[in-house]
Amino acid sequence: MAPFKKILVLLAIIFALNNADATAATLGETIASLAKANTKQKIQTVKVISASGHDRAAEVLQALVGSKLYFQKSDRKVVIIKKAGSTYLLIDPLTAKELGQSPKSKLKKIRINNRIRRVIRGALGGLTLLSKNPGQRLKAAEAVFKSASAGSLPTLKKALERETDEKIKAKMVMAVAATELKISKDQVERLAAVKVLTEFAVPEVRALLGSLATVEKDAEVKEAVDKALSDIEASLVFWNGIGNIFQGISLGSVLLLAAVGLAITFGVMGVINMAHGELVMIGAYTTFVVQEIFRAYFPEAFGFSIAVAIPAAFVVAGGFGIAIERGIIRYLYGRPLETLLATWGLSLILQQFVRSIFGPTNREVGNPEWMSGAIEITGGLVLTYNRIWIIAFSLLVLGLLILFLRKTAFGLQMRAVTQNRPMASSMGIRTGYVDALTFGLGSGIAGVAGVALSQIDNVSPNLGQAYIIDSFMVVVFGGVGNLWGTLVGAFSLGIVNKFLEPFAGTVLAKILVLVAIILFIQKRPRGLFSLKGRAVEN
Amino acid sequence: MSQSPAFQRRSGFSFLLTDTGGKWLLGIILVAIIFVPVLNLYVPKDSFFHVPTFMVSLLGKYLTFALLALSVDLIWGYCGILSLGHGAFFALGGYAMGMYMMRQIGARGVYGNAELPDFMVFLNWKELPWYWYGFDSFSFAMLMVVLVPGILAFVFGWFAFRSRVSGVYLSIITQALTYAMMLAFFRNDMGFGGNNGLTDFKDILGFNIHTDGMRVTLFMLSALAVAFGYVLCRYIVSSKLGRVLVAIRDAESRTRFLGYRVEYYQLFVFTVSAMLAGIAGALYVPQVGIINPSEFLPANSIEIVIWVAIGGRGSLYGAVLGGVLVNYAKSYLTGAFPEIWLYALGGLFIFSTIFLPKGIIGSVASFSVKRAGGVSLTGFFHRISNHMRQNLKGA
Repeated sequence: MAPFKKILVLLAIIFALNNADATAATLGETIASLAKANTKQKIQTVKVISASGHDRAAEVLQALVGSKLYFQKSDRKVVIIKKAGSTYLLIDPLTAKELGQSPKSKLKKIRINNRIRRVIRGALGGLTLLSKNPGQRLKAAEAVFKSASAGSLPTLKKALERETDEKIKAKMVMAVAATELKISKDQVERLAAVKVLTEFAVPEVRALLGSLATVEKDAEVKEAVDKALSDIEASLVFWNGIGNIFQGISLGSVLLLAAVGLAITFGVMGVINMAHGELVMIGAYTTFVVQEIFRAYFPEAFGFSIAVAIPAAFVVAGGFGIAIERGIIRYLYGRPLETLLATWGLSLILQQFVRSIFGPTNREVGNPEWMSGAIEITGGLVLTYNRIWIIAFSLLVLGLLILFLRKTAFGLQMRAVTQNRPMASSMGIRTGYVDALTFGLGSGIAGVAGVALSQIDNVSPNLGQAYIIDSFMVVVFGGVGNLWGTLVGAFSLGIVNKFLEPFAGTVLAKILVLVAIILFIQKRPRGLFSLKGRAVEN
Repeated sequence: MSQSPAFQRRSGFSFLLTDTGGKWLLGIILVAIIFVPVLNLYVPKDSFFHVPTFMVSLLGKYLTFALLALSVDLIWGYCGILSLGHGAFFALGGYAMGMYMMRQIGARGVYGNAELPDFMVFLNWKELPWYWYGFDSFSFAMLMVVLVPGILAFVFGWFAFRSRVSGVYLSIITQALTYAMMLAFFRNDMGFGGNNGLTDFKDILGFNIHTDGMRVTLFMLSALAVAFGYVLCRYIVSSKLGRVLVAIRDAESRTRFLGYRVEYYQLFVFTVSAMLAGIAGALYVPQVGIINPSEFLPANSIEIVIWVAIGGRGSLYGAVLGGVLVNYAKSYLTGAFPEIWLYALGGLFIFSTIFLPKGIIGSVASFSVKRAGGVSLTGFFHRISNHMRQNLKGA
């Protein structure tokens, strides 16, 4: 029987080259033969399936390796199964059409052993290199780079010729070079491969060359590998530094967002609002509610949910802020320490309030499409889109706020009231009204910060607590009453923190930064950019 | 200088004679020291008057909180320094005591290692870190209970007060201090047991801390410590130095212009207060049986301030009253209505700052003055000067 089948298989391949429909038909037969094949025949069949280049070939092999490929006991028809309660949903392997359901007892699994599994894995790597899905191709190229086996080289080269995507192409070139360096006997070819690999300064290449450098026998190649290694090392250190700066700016932008509202309420008004963190949290929960509404009523417009959440959070948190100012803070002007205590009490109430409504656990806030994913600058440096958006957003918020304070009538009134309340009042400015709105503005910005933080942090009742001390540090460090100081303070704290982390660890870095700020405040009690005045106390 | 009793020259303990609230407080403490042990140890268990041992420990815990509140009132009520980091000094005192009791466990730990506490064996440490040396001696440990918080407060205060960091800035950096300490103590490699802290204590000076007798002893010591703390604070605030402290509280710059070295006064009283907080922590730990980094939580330190605010800032006995009352309410509410507690605590913060600016003690006092129908001259001047101060601050 076996020789006959081989001929049949050969015929199948020939048909495959001639006619697409015929491919389908014969591939169907090939798959059908799996039902009664032994190990050797199964391996042969796997090879045929992978060589067919059929769209569904990868799918079928994946089903086989994932124990999802069965045959019906009655007619030996091969199907892919999908669990549907107690019965199985049957899917035609070639057409992907549903064939109805069947109880487990009428099906039998096509068994495979480790030898077959290995063959399938190799075949899948090759197959996905030619896949239509760029993501799969990229993954396949990475897999081939890691395994660097001789067998995949021809497919890899073929795939490289066809490839149009620059990123995947680069990965494939890397994989080819790695494979050649590993398996080739020709010194010239290997030296060329090392040269190609030097271009890719990524940790994977460093690891590959590093492991090679210890076992390499050819002196010339070894020298080249060593040189390549040191080049890559230097470049990685450089990109690592750039990465740290980016991470630092990213952390700084988060601090900036959390602190900029405080810069208004604390810096401009002089009100210590310990419930500021809770206003941030309220903004985050507003995002959650807005997203739930979008999920329920307009799931197709989910990408806009953030755009709606930003004004919503501003209004909700701002409303809370105005209520807080009118209800509590206005009775405590001129008593900063009492304000601190009352707002701390308020923060406890708000936390418990949110906990009673939404529960104590984290709430899921989704990233819209345009915020997820990452951009790879070079191998060592990957920037995620949500971080980039948040950096841009924090700067935008700060810019708008500065414009608002400088260019609008209300901004003018606000500055007048904070500089000289009795004088502003006698000029006809309604100071109580300005106080309420200023506090509302600061609180609204806290809410907007909550929208941004919900994208990168857990949304829980404790969200605000995590940021309150850091935000105060930023404002005090930057200089009270100075928005530029807040900007510089936030970014410098973020960057210093990220540069300390590799040496000291996350927690120790944080402690060091805190201690540094405590010492700094001793030196300059009014912060980095302090407003100069002649009064002994203000 | 003989018109007002406040300016009379004093000697010995005469400063206590004019202090009605203090006499009441010391009287109550004396009654408690006598009756609680008797009712616990010598009254049969089924009697109505029997005080169960857990209640003795609970009362002892409240008393350590009262001492902590007293230490905060000393600096906040009399010198205007609002520390939001006093929990750190309390916890340091507690850690010093905990380290002594850890060393007392000796070879009776889970791993049976005579040299190292259990958590160090668990972390695979080979020898005792240098800062644990000496803690097997009781007297050394007791010295550290006072010295460690005292030195930290001295160094911190030295930097802070010399550069004239005051008001809310000081509050914020003290909060950052306790926050940094919390992060540090959460680290396992600090050698203080990481987030589990120190626990499983067995005995002090050879006495098992779980016996009724030792519980009662700890209670009595806590009550004595509150009495000692009260007398010490009262002595400080009614001395000439205390007058300067009040002057600093009310007008820091003016006091400085009068020639007083404001920072030395602040530093002195801040350090004394930290030491008292350390003693409170050391008494707290054996009664609750554990010390861990959550004692450094900024929230805890702020809570202490509210005890003082509720009881009545600037009266000392008000702080003791607030410390006991609020903690009693906390025990009761967290047991009976757990979800209400945060609302209640938050409400207390807001209510007391807006409606009870002088706390319970202050409100009761002004109420009784009104009831008596008399207008005291000092109260009148006090109100006027208060009024002027408010106006000046508003400008």
